[in-house]
Amino acid sequence: MAAILEIFAAIPYDQILVQTVNGIVTGMILALVASGLTLIFGIMDVVNFAHGELFMLGAYMGVVVLATTGSFWLALLFATLVIALLGAALQIVTLRPLLGRDPLTTILATFGISLVLQNYALWQFGPVARKIQEPLTGGFQLFYLEYPWYRLMIAGLSAVIIGAFWLFLKYGTWGIWIRATTQDRVMAQAMGIPVPRVHTAVFAIGAGMAAASGVLFGPLVGVNHAMGLDWVLKAFIVVVVGGMGNLGGSIAAAIFISLLEAYASIWVSPAQAVIVSFAVLILTLLIRPTGLFVPTPK
Amino acid sequence: MSAVHTPIEALVTVDNIHTYYGKSHILHGVSLYVGAGEVVGLLGRNGVGKSTTLKTVMGLARPSQGQVLLAGRSITGLPAHTLARLGIAYVPEDRRIFRFLTVMENLRTGLDRHGVTAARKRELLDKVFTYFPVLAERRGQPGGTLSGGEQQMLAIARAMMLEPRIILLDEPTEGLMPRMVSQIGQIIGALHRDGVAILLVEQNVPLTLEASERIYIMEKGMVRHHCAASDLKVNDAVIHQYLGV
Amino acid sequence: MKKRSRRAYWIGFGIILALLAMAPLVLPEFWRRFLTEILIWGLLAMSSDILIGYTGMISFGHSAFFGLGMYGAAAALLTVNPPNLWLAIGYGLIGAAGVALFVAYFSTRLRDIYFAITTLIFSQIFYVIIFTWTEVTGGENGLTFRRPPLSIPWIYSTPFTNETLHWFVLAVVTASYLILRRITQSPFGMVLQSIRENEGRTRAIGYPVERYKIVAVMLSGVFAGLAGVLYAIQNRFAAPDFVYFLVSGETVIFNVMGGIGTLVGPFVGAGFFLLLREAFSRFFTEYYLIPVGIVFIAMVIFMPQGLVGFGRSWLNR
Repeated sequence: MAAILEIFAAIPYDQILVQTVNGIVTGMILALVASGLTLIFGIMDVVNFAHGELFMLGAYMGVVVLATTGSFWLALLFATLVIALLGAALQIVTLRPLLGRDPLTTILATFGISLVLQNYALWQFGPVARKIQEPLTGGFQLFYLEYPWYRLMIAGLSAVIIGAFWLFLKYGTWGIWIRATTQDRVMAQAMGIPVPRVHTAVFAIGAGMAAASGVLFGPLVGVNHAMGLDWVLKAFIVVVVGGMGNLGGSIAAAIFISLLEAYASIWVSPAQAVIVSFAVLILTLLIRPTGLFVPTPK
Repeated sequence: MSAVHTPIEALVTVDNIHTYYGKSHILHGVSLYVGAGEVVGLLGRNGVGKSTTLKTVMGLARPSQGQVLLAGRSITGLPAHTLARLGIAYVPEDRRIFRFLTVMENLRTGLDRHGVTAARKRELLDKVFTYFPVLAERRGQPGGTLSGGEQQMLAIARAMMLEPRIILLDEPTEGLMPRMVSQIGQIIGALHRDGVAILLVEQNVPLTLEASERIYIMEKGMVRHHCAASDLKVNDAVIHQYLGV
Repeated sequence: MKKRSRRAYWIGFGIILALLAMAPLVLPEFWRRFLTEILIWGLLAMSSDILIGYTGMISFGHSAFFGLGMYGAAAALLTVNPPNLWLAIGYGLIGAAGVALFVAYFSTRLRDIYFAITTLIFSQIFYVIIFTWTEVTGGENGLTFRRPPLSIPWIYSTPFTNETLHWFVLAVVTASYLILRRITQSPFGMVLQSIRENEGRTRAIGYPVERYKIVAVMLSGVFAGLAGVLYAIQNRFAAPDFVYFLVSGETVIFNVMGGIGTLVGPFVGAGFFLLLREAFSRFFTEYYLIPVGIVFIAMVIFMPQGLVGFGRSWLNR
């Protein structure tokens, strides 16, 4: 009996609560990144290997605009718009010609794009990490820490962006077009929906969301050319666990995985906490390969 | 078979098209035409290429030879979404409504077009809800929850949202109860009165003869017989020959 | 294959083999080393071709097989004294095969895209393990060791010279090529290709597709591991960088540039890539991947059959 009480006493409740908050914060950003990825896959069967680089370039754009204008909000806005346009351009130039070909060629093409973008960033910005100044300093007392307000702001903003996107999908004309195209591309065309343009729009939106995540995440860590890979890997895991093309599933999976990793980091180093997400992936593949958060089809 | 004398005013002309599905040669030189406001029936056994003909007209299948004309202009090879904007609507064999979109959202896929005023949209919706009151009732429900007959109505209503000059109807009565079958017949009549042309592919011979002005009969990827609907009776020898009923 | 083209093929093969063998005698050391590298990377890419070109599965996990082959050899060379060449090869192959079995078990039941992502993630798992398990793997800094002597057990042993090392690599690579060629032309190879053409149909006919895929992954993994062993012997170090997924990515690039499903394509692709890298490095220094990446993308779009495929269709005109 006493042993059980001892165990309960030894549980680091305050650390767990802090990590819960951390997990939700990181989870929201990951959700934002993964949403774009799963949408792109759901609608055009494209696995966008370059997604992490769009995230990274968004962060760099944020650095540049912030340095020029001094405004974090302008940085967020510009980065999102510019990278969205870049995404549209990339889709038109490299992915449209591949329409109708073996879907594996799109993996190769986007992989090539990721190499080019990554090295472009290295070339333009050098290997030294840059910093984005957070727009909101200071924090509040959360147990043993002074918890930065900014982190809560990130979670809030991500939720707002995802929410706005969900509303757009539900009610906007293009939102309906996107959903229709995802469900039945051929019939969508027969209804007059300009499917090639819808594809470009979705890619652009996905890119924009990734860029926004990059800017939001920037102040937490340094911005450097290699930051994309970790995020794209995690985003892929999220997309697989959440169910490819399933937006709600991705968001749930993102928070789930981030929470687990945050808890794990109480006991192991962050580099090793990453193994948690890998473990979740393996479990998902073994038990429910279509996705843990996908409702069983009726 | 016989050369098709195409009146110059035909709305849609199909001229000697050959269409492949992968390596299979499905259409071996199909020619037919539909005049503006005409209801034309296309009969034939399963697998002779009726659906493929419709798909070729709709730009969903590309012919390797031949051409498709809309009001005299070649539309061969144009993508389906352009053709839908030009006035061709398609109601496919398995309905293919958007299951996860609501009835209203399904309608909106055709309604949300450039240059349609809000007033006109309301008119179109009113018309469609008059023809299909059941859709008005279920307008907030996901398409997948509708019954087979209701889905068929939604598919037709959706096509009407495009304000098309011609509707390509592929086996609209398949799997429907007799009461619904006669309802489909009435709807075809109503569309005809509205001046919409219809190319009707069907297995239901009586319905087709009743609704159509002209009939084509296909066999093995070609048109084998072409005449006025009034020239054919349900148990005609021709019908027996090509449809083996 | 018709009689005449078979003879032409073997004549061509013989000529290239002879040229490669003569290389260390005529080329300056830099280019000799360059050529040996092409052979090793080519072997790696050829192993990947089994999956991409013949079974239709894109794998981004080859860096794991390659790396485990490398570290396996390192293990043999560091733990057993005196360092033994064949033991190193043995350890390396076992290590690679083990990893391949593990990856194959989880990934092969997945559709192409999921498979590609999963193999990528697995290679990163191994990267993280190797990177952080410093006591065993040397962590970030990797492991260094002595090159074992070329030995025929109990009979003869002599340290490698640059020339003999090149010839050894050439021999191993040539043997691997011949073995893989035999396998791809065998009934087993035909089944793999049928899986690539139409998996559903192959399954419907009654073939246990998953088992074939697992064997394909293991086969691929073993030869990739062999390439890792050769690399370790040539360079005398093992580092986590080689387990990083970028190596897998470059392997796939070699495949695409050279021509998938050709077995020789990967070598051409490796050579082409390394030459481009040399050339572009003059102008772009370490950013050579920008123009090379663009070339790669252009090839995916406009020349998907790769250089060998393009060459073949050009010759057939």
